[in-house]
Amino acid sequence: MAILNVNPTRMELTRLKGKLATARRGHKLLKDKRDELMRRFLELVRENKTLRAEVERSISAAAEHMAIAGASMPKYALDTALAMPKQGLSLEVETKNIMSVDIPVYSPKFKTAGEGDIYSYGYAETSCDLDAAVKALADVFPQMLRLAEVEKSCQMMAAEIERTRRRVNALEHVMIPNYADTIRYITMKLDENERSSTARLMKVKDMMLEQAHHYKY
Amino acid sequence: MYDIAVVGDRDSIGGFAALGMHVHPAESADEVRAALQSLTQGSFAVIYITEAAAAFAEDIIAKYRDEPLPAIIPIPGVRGNTGEGMRAVSRSVEKAVGSDILSK
Repeated sequence: MAILNVNPTRMELTRLKGKLATARRGHKLLKDKRDELMRRFLELVRENKTLRAEVERSISAAAEHMAIAGASMPKYALDTALAMPKQGLSLEVETKNIMSVDIPVYSPKFKTAGEGDIYSYGYAETSCDLDAAVKALADVFPQMLRLAEVEKSCQMMAAEIERTRRRVNALEHVMIPNYADTIRYITMKLDENERSSTARLMKVKDMMLEQAHHYKY
Repeated sequence: MYDIAVVGDRDSIGGFAALGMHVHPAESADEVRAALQSLTQGSFAVIYITEAAAAFAEDIIAKYRDEPLPAIIPIPGVRGNTGEGMRAVSRSVEKAVGSDILSK
């Protein structure tokens, strides 16, 4: 029971009734937003988990090939082989709006025509395990990009869900009850004023009748 | 136009150079933090970081969690998987739902 600090007047009452209606509508909308966000989030986070498991497995497999390559050829050869990459990669970032969260959508742009143009070295001096490692990484790259997209979306949606939930709770448990209580308080106060003025009028009437006709009650 | 960067120890991330990503070898805590600081200022949309390196810069990563750019994504390195990446996903769930309802 908390009453806002307002004057109990009719104007204040109308204003508060308007605010209460707005708060109720906002509460309903935000609750719907929270539910829909949560549904999307859970879908996305499930994808995130499976994708992450896959990517982690693939990268570990590539790392094994890389370790063997590193063991079977001299370190300087490995470094030179990877020092000047043939492939260039840049990202086009667009955003997609899901329930007022701007989630990123990445589309990769490769510098050379063939996406598979990944071997930046001659095959004479390198071990075939290096080829396997690079190939494995190239294969997992689309998934890695999708993982980045999904994971970022999940993080941003989680933050938005938290914010929305706070708003819903603030409206539901603080704002709306406060408005309702204050409206009740003003209504009662106004009714009370009306009753007291009626009683006063009746009293005045009695006094006037007594003066004029010496009526006694 | 944005780029993709990879941060971590040289052995883990060397292969990504062949794909055209920008490779930033960093092993010590200072190197990782310096690399990450400069990368987040640059035009990088996605930064992959090995879980081992990510452990040195949790505060920087946390700062960029809710920002649209860049996405800092932990990946396993050659020395295996600490499970930190998965835990980060679980933390997202916890933040959104209130408790981690998906992990068993």
